[in-house]
Amino acid sequence: MSGFETYLMSRMAREDSHTLEGYKAQGGYATLERVLKDMQPSEVTEIVKASGLRGRGGAGFPTGLKWTFMPDASKDPRDRYLAINGDESEPGTCKDRVILDEDPHGLIEGVLMACYAMGCAASYIYIRGEYRHQYRRTEAAIAEARAAGLIGKNILGSGFDCEIYMHMGAGAYICGEETGMMESLEGKRGHPRPKPPFPAGFGLWGQPTTVNNVETIFNVPFIVERGAEWHRSMGTEKSPGNILVGISGNVKRPGVYEAPLGISAKTLLESPDFAGGLHDGRKLKAWFTGGSSTGMVPGSTIDTPMDHDGMQSIGAMLGTAAMIMIDDSQCVVRAMEVVARFYDHESCGQCSQCREGTQWLHQIFRRIEQGKGLPQDVDMLTAIASGMAPGKTICALSDAAAIPANQMVKHFRAELEEHIQSGGCRINHTGNFARGASAPTEVHA
Amino acid sequence: MALPEKLVDEFNALVKNYPAGKEGKRSGLIPALHRCQEELGGWVTPEIMEDLAAFFDLEPAEVYGVASFYPMFRLTPPGKHVIKVCHNISCDLVGARDVLAKAKELTGAEVHGTSPDGKFTLEVVECQGCCSTAPMIDLDNTFHENLTLDELERLIGECQ
Ligand SMILES: Cc1cc2nc3c(=O)[nH]c(=O)nc-3n(C[C@H](O)[C@H](O)[C@H](O)COP(=O)(O)O)c2cc1C
Ligand code: FES
Repeated sequence: MSGFETYLMSRMAREDSHTLEGYKAQGGYATLERVLKDMQPSEVTEIVKASGLRGRGGAGFPTGLKWTFMPDASKDPRDRYLAINGDESEPGTCKDRVILDEDPHGLIEGVLMACYAMGCAASYIYIRGEYRHQYRRTEAAIAEARAAGLIGKNILGSGFDCEIYMHMGAGAYICGEETGMMESLEGKRGHPRPKPPFPAGFGLWGQPTTVNNVETIFNVPFIVERGAEWHRSMGTEKSPGNILVGISGNVKRPGVYEAPLGISAKTLLESPDFAGGLHDGRKLKAWFTGGSSTGMVPGSTIDTPMDHDGMQSIGAMLGTAAMIMIDDSQCVVRAMEVVARFYDHESCGQCSQCREGTQWLHQIFRRIEQGKGLPQDVDMLTAIASGMAPGKTICALSDAAAIPANQMVKHFRAELEEHIQSGGCRINHTGNFARGASAPTEVHA
Repeated sequence: MALPEKLVDEFNALVKNYPAGKEGKRSGLIPALHRCQEELGGWVTPEIMEDLAAFFDLEPAEVYGVASFYPMFRLTPPGKHVIKVCHNISCDLVGARDVLAKAKELTGAEVHGTSPDGKFTLEVVECQGCCSTAPMIDLDNTFHENLTLDELERLIGECQ
C-alpha cells in the first residue's frame, strides 16, 4: 500500500486472525514471553514512554506518561486495575470494533503487558452493550488464552498473575468518559466523577486505576516488540506511529483504514487505497475531523496533516480520527441538528450547563433547520456554548457538545443565516441512496 | 416471582469477576440486567428489579435507577421483534431517514412504539459503531449493515 509500513491491520487478513492459533502463527504472544522472562516492569513503561504513543480514545494523552501516574506499589500496596475503554460511541467512530472482531488476542497481549508494567493483577475490558459479536469474539479469545496459561496465575511460569474480565455496557455515550465508565463498571448510573481525585489514585472501587482505549493498548505489543525507535520512525515527531482511521459519510469506499499519523486528510479522502473520493460530480462541503465532538470544518481544509498538531492548525482536533465526509448535496445545518440532538440525548444531567445547554442547542438548531429560526438565534448559539465550555462541567461531554456548535457558527454562519432569512432549507433530506454508493466491505486492510 | 435457578447460578459465578464485598458484588448488576432481559421476556419487569435488588443487596429503587439510565434496558414490554434504526450522523448522511420511513411503513409502528399487531417495536438509536458500513439497523440484537431498502424489506418480510 501507499509506501508506508502497516502493522496494526497486518494480521487481520487471515481468516482465523481472531483465534489463538491464527495469532500464534503470526508470532503472537512471543513478545509477552520475552517481556515476562527478561524485562523489568519499568522497562516496559520506559519503551512505551519513549515511543511517544498517544492515547487513541480521543484526547491523545501520552500513554507511557499516564502509566507513571499510578502510585508506587512499595508505598501504596492497594489492588490496582487496568480498565480498557471499548465503549466506542463517539459518532463516526468504528475502529475499536475491528480490533475486537479481528484481532482480540492482540488486545489481550497488550493488556497483559500493560498490567505487568503497572503491577495490575486484573483488567476489565468494558465493551458497549451493542457490540455483542465483538464481545463474544473477545470473550472467546480470553477463554482460549486462559486455557493456554496466558491469563491467570503464574503466567508462562513467570510468577506474574493477571486476570482479564469482560464487562458489557448498556448503551450510554457518557460511559465512554473514563469516570462514567468506572461508575458503570461498578453497577451504577454512568455519572462521571468530579476530578480530582484522578483514577490513578481513586479509580475502580476506589483503587488505583488506569483507563486506556482499546486501540491504545493494542499498539503496545508492536512497540515493545519492535522498539521505541521503530515506532518513532513512522508518523510525526509529536504524533508518532500509525492510527486506525474511520471514514464515513458521502465517500465511495467508507471503511476503517490504517495510516501513518500526519498523512494528509486529502490523501485519505481521495486515494483509491483509502476512501476513493467523493461520489462523481460532488464537492466536499464539510467534514468532521475526528468524530462528531471535534466539529465540522469546511471542505477547503482537507489538505491538512491528520495528526494532533495538524488538526489544531485548522482549529479542529484529531479526536478518534473518525472522518465524517459531507458533500455538497447535504445540508450542514441538518448535519448539525443531528449532532446536537445526539448530545441532548446523551447528557447525563448532572451539570446544569450541560443538561440545559445541550437541550437549548438542539432546540435552536432544529428550529433554524425547520425554517423557524429567529434573527438572534445565531448569537444565542454562541452565548449558550460559551456557558457550557471549556472546563465548566464535571466531564467533557459539555465541551463535546459546545465545540461543534461553535465550529458551526464560525464556519457556516452564512448557512445558518440563510435558513433563518429564507425560512427553510433548500436541500432535500431523503438521504442519498439514489447516489449509488458502492457497498463497502467491513474491513479494508 | 423469583429468579430462575439457572440465572442465579450464573450471577453467583458472575460476581466472582469483581472484588469481594457489597460494592464489588453490585458491579455485576448491568450484565445481570442484560441476562434477565434476554431470558425473561425481553424487558425488565418491576419483579425482576425486585429480585435483582434482593440478589445484589440493593434497594429496588437503586436497581430502577440503573435500569432506567441505560437506553438498552427496556422497562415496558416490546413487540415480538425489535428494530433499531441508527439515526446518527454517518447513517443520516447515507439514507437513515429513508430507512426509518420505510421501516415505519412496513411495520406499521411509530418510532418508540409497537405495531398494532404487536409484532414490531421500532426505535431510533444513536451511533452503533457501524458508521463506515452505514446505514444500519439492529434487528433483534443483530446488526445489518450497508443496508438497502430492499434488504430492509426482505428482513422485515422474514419476521412476518
Ligand atoms: C463524553 C466522552 C465520551 C468518551 N467516549 C470514549 C469512548 O467511547 N472510548 C474511549 O476510549 N474514550 C472515550 N472518551 C475518552 C476517555 O475519557 C479517556 O480519555 C480515554 O478512554 C483514555 O484512553 P487513552 O488515553 O488510551 O486514549 C470519552 C470522553 C468523553 C468526555
Ligand atoms: S452513525 Fe450510525 S452507526 Fe455510527
